[in-house]
Amino acid sequence: MAKYRNYIVAQSLEEAYALNAKKSAVIVAGNMWLRMCGLNKQTAIDLSALGLDKIEETEDAFVIGSMATLRQMETHAALNAAFGGVFRDALVPIVGTQFRNTATVGGSVYSRFGFSDVSALLLALNAQVMLHARGAVKLSDYQQEAWDRDIITHIRIPKEQRAAVQSVRLSATDIPVLVCAASLSEEGLRLVLGARPARAQIVADRLAPDCGVETFEEIAGRTAFGSNLRASEAYRRKIAPVLMLRAARACREVTQE
Amino acid sequence: MNIEFVLNGRKVSAAIDADDSLYKVLRGLGMHSVKCGCETTNCGLCTVHLDGKAVLSCSVPAARCADREVTTLEGMQEEAKRLGACLAGEGAEQCGFCAPGLMMNVFALAKENPHATEAEIDAFLAGNLCRCSGYVSQRRAVQKYLEQICGEVRA
Amino acid sequence: MSEKRSGRVIGGVGAPVPKKDAPALLTGKPVYVADIAPRDCLCVKLMHSPHAHAMIEEIDVSRAQKLPGVACVLTYRDVPGTRFTQAGQTYPEFSPYDRLILDRHLRCVGDPVAIVAAETEKQALAAIRLIKVKYQILPAILDAREAMDNETLIHPEESWRALVPSCGADNRRNLVAAGEDAHGDVEAELAACDIVIDREYTTRANQQCMMETFRAFTRIDTYGRLEVVSSTQVPFHVRRILATALEMPKSRVRVVKPRIGGGFGAKQTAVCEQYPAIVTVKTGRPAMIVYTREESMTLSSPRHAMRMHVRLGAMKDGTIRAIDLHTLSNTGAYGEHGPTTVGLSGHKSIPLYTHNMKAFRFAWHTVYTNTMSAGAYRGYGATQGLFAVESAVNELAHALHMDPAALREKNIVREGEAMPAYYGETAQSCAIDRCIARAKEMIGWAEKYPCRTLDNGHIRAVGMALAMQGSGISGVDTGAVMIRLGDDGIYNMSIGATDMGTGCDTILAQMAAQSLECPVDNITVHGVDTDTSPYDCGSYASSTTYVTGMAVVKTCEELRKKIIRVGAQLMGCREEEALFEGSCVKKADESASVTLAEIANAHMTANAEDISACVSNGSPVSPPPFMCGCAEIDLDPLTGEVRLVDYAGVVDCGTVINPNLAKRQTEGGLLQGIGMTLTECPTIDPLGRTVSNSFLQYKIPARVDAPSIRVAFEPSYEPTGPFGAKSIGECVINTPAPAIADAVYNASGVRVRDLPITAEKILLGEQEA
Repeated sequence: MAKYRNYIVAQSLEEAYALNAKKSAVIVAGNMWLRMCGLNKQTAIDLSALGLDKIEETEDAFVIGSMATLRQMETHAALNAAFGGVFRDALVPIVGTQFRNTATVGGSVYSRFGFSDVSALLLALNAQVMLHARGAVKLSDYQQEAWDRDIITHIRIPKEQRAAVQSVRLSATDIPVLVCAASLSEEGLRLVLGARPARAQIVADRLAPDCGVETFEEIAGRTAFGSNLRASEAYRRKIAPVLMLRAARACREVTQE
Repeated sequence: MNIEFVLNGRKVSAAIDADDSLYKVLRGLGMHSVKCGCETTNCGLCTVHLDGKAVLSCSVPAARCADREVTTLEGMQEEAKRLGACLAGEGAEQCGFCAPGLMMNVFALAKENPHATEAEIDAFLAGNLCRCSGYVSQRRAVQKYLEQICGEVRA
Repeated sequence: MSEKRSGRVIGGVGAPVPKKDAPALLTGKPVYVADIAPRDCLCVKLMHSPHAHAMIEEIDVSRAQKLPGVACVLTYRDVPGTRFTQAGQTYPEFSPYDRLILDRHLRCVGDPVAIVAAETEKQALAAIRLIKVKYQILPAILDAREAMDNETLIHPEESWRALVPSCGADNRRNLVAAGEDAHGDVEAELAACDIVIDREYTTRANQQCMMETFRAFTRIDTYGRLEVVSSTQVPFHVRRILATALEMPKSRVRVVKPRIGGGFGAKQTAVCEQYPAIVTVKTGRPAMIVYTREESMTLSSPRHAMRMHVRLGAMKDGTIRAIDLHTLSNTGAYGEHGPTTVGLSGHKSIPLYTHNMKAFRFAWHTVYTNTMSAGAYRGYGATQGLFAVESAVNELAHALHMDPAALREKNIVREGEAMPAYYGETAQSCAIDRCIARAKEMIGWAEKYPCRTLDNGHIRAVGMALAMQGSGISGVDTGAVMIRLGDDGIYNMSIGATDMGTGCDTILAQMAAQSLECPVDNITVHGVDTDTSPYDCGSYASSTTYVTGMAVVKTCEELRKKIIRVGAQLMGCREEEALFEGSCVKKADESASVTLAEIANAHMTANAEDISACVSNGSPVSPPPFMCGCAEIDLDPLTGEVRLVDYAGVVDCGTVINPNLAKRQTEGGLLQGIGMTLTECPTIDPLGRTVSNSFLQYKIPARVDAPSIRVAFEPSYEPTGPFGAKSIGECVINTPAPAIADAVYNASGVRVRDLPITAEKILLGEQEA
């Protein structure tokens, strides 16, 4: 159970940023996982009044407010049309509709949970994290960083790529045992593995779209996997090439909706 | 701190702690239909509507609900009777503890996708756990309920 | 005894009547424990041991006691010294008296160190953080195989007591039970067999996961007595347990059971009641405890983890001649249900193969370890034993290249056969052959066995298993029913059996309606109150429909006689001339009649005769329900993932009293069995901490995990049961594990003998030739 003394609904990003500069403060996004981590803070900062819950389409990208919910992304017609329904496919297994109605993309990206389907997909899609103070940062960099006190305002996803997600789960609504997200753009095939169980990471980039299973086995051989309650390192390593192969194939077969 | 919000169509005010959940505040206001089954957002028992959307009240900060509309099964008694008749007709409620949360999510489904297929019903309600029924009777009951309301819409 | 009344009655036996409490449950009315608790209840919280085995050296609660809002902080110094068991069983319990409300000696992670009661939850939790404890850490036994005769004793205390010494309990050996049951010369028979399947199978400490966690509130009532309102399956046992634990006269305790949010056996153990009870005794204040889900997953009453060694002997033609089973059961830190559950692992698996069996031996040991105390979970040992024996039978079929269905058909118990492995009882009602035939048809066994490959590379395969259970505990379980005739001819039925969502209030009312030839709406029911309800041992051991149901039949017989007597008086004729017809009593020659309403109202006017009846029932036998389950799975051979495509379950529960509720019991039980098989993985870490401690880490099936469960009935007629009925509640959880395990083998060649069956075990498992 998270504990805090004050709850402040920020009226501007500047206010939120100033409040969050203190270590005794915490940003409340979807509050799905936060409340479970036993935090004890002075001040909770709520971003829900800042209009950060929109999904906007520009000429070359989708810009998603950090407070947009997973369900918004899952059901957003244009977003799914542009990426062959991959947001729907990737997000539907996450717990349930009620959960996805309040879980936010900003919360997912900031937390950098290893099991995050969202992080894996966004990494594959070469997303950028728009931070209030620092400006745009590549998610692939942000993903490696320690938690800081800046505030995510938006996630930017470039268009002109196709993507697919494959995962193995012990039960349909569980967090994944292993998730593989793939994207295919002019630059080639990019592969991300999440729930290794460590943080999702790009395991291959600019691959030939039709590379064979040997390539995926080679990638799995040099990727770090671990064991946890859900599976052993050996099992993850063994299924990784299968998921990569399937995700790559699905990417090639994606048709724009 | 004090917040005001609209609960089942009526404005209420509640004294809350900053870290109170909506669930806790609703129970305190006598909304006994709202149950807690886990502490990890997995069970769906605490489902209520916030501005018309089904949410897990255990993970919604009460303070975030100021000036918003919250609906519990207490505020949907007529609909509860109709859906309840479908569930009872199948014996699908069993212990009944998960029923209010399930029903609130069914109402959300009815609004979003009243023509849902079997698979769509299951997918929409996947976050509502039940340990008694084995689920198949609940699916049949929800289908019957959706057919009823769709029939009414057509008429 | 069971007079079968054939008259058509609205909502009588065989009708799919909605549950009587459905309208309240489905409009969210406040009917559960926490909904009806007084608002000024103290919040009771427990401080839990962080160690698997430790002694409290020092405990300082002074700072906690001073915190605002804290009403009391209790430690082992503040509790009575009489040991008791939390197991809800008929006295004298088989479970040893090995607990105190709080003990200096902590025997598992989570064991309560202190009880805190405060005005609010936050205050209680804050107080716990201020308690200072110094622990002496002791060596812990976490593996049941190392427990017996270990130099570390989990219950060395002198005050440890086994009320039933014949169960072989010995605290100096970490033993809660040991014994053997045998018939014939099993070694000689095995030696004479063409083939012996010799295997070991293991199951884990699965959690019941009822949606309502453990909870109870307590207060001092008008008469100065301790009133306990509890989510329990065993109110009368809770009264005795609390009186013992608190060293109070039983007359000072009253236990009330309102609606409860599921039990599945978990609430056959008084897991939490003593904590608010002692707070109320000490403070005089109402007090409530509501277990968190984490507490319900870490300090509760899960299934006994068992390790079963089976030797199954057969001839080349598939004749099963001998079964030798040894079960090692892990009761955890305390002995709740330890001596009894283990017995079912053999007594409710071996008898299935009575037909050609020449000899059997069933031996068992139940041991203490430093893990969470186990308890009663639907199936109660039979689930574990059937996983082993039914898996071994499937392995035998493969070894003999026989169809497992044909192998079973050759060996299953037939109606009318005496079952030496089932206390010598005779299967007076048995449709297991028809269950197999129907289940095969439903799943498409002939076309689908053993497997086929789909275009996408996935493999579809089927598997089968049988199950049995009992109907109540023979010679022990008791249920009484009281029915009173009231104004205008209504009937008030009181029962001590506990509806936990199963619908027994409704089912028993249907039986009463059938017996009294009236609409079911004319029978009122209510929850259980030990002050006013007739005695019932409670709802467990698949007893309610069979044992209490027969009490309904007997009570109605008595009541009919009384109604006839008063009716005859009113008509001025002899009793022998009067007939009961439900809505009236009339003379056999139709020359006069008097309505039930007139009889009811007359007997409330200056009348000396009370028209009520209360009859108790116990049964010398426990007729088994039978079942056949068939699973169809889809295996992804590259990842090992298994998806359950279809499950067909066919049950012989005797007469089906309420088809809707019987089907829900079956579907729900099957899904729990499916969860145990595929998704639920109780796990402790090397320090003995339960890591599967939430619904995030312990995955019960969601509705998308098993979209197709199909159920049918093949009724037999049980002559000792009410209207021919047997039990259903437990039998239905037993088939999924062995059936799915065999389907997985048929698809992959991998035999998983330790539950759960995960994708990893399949993919990394060794394929058998």
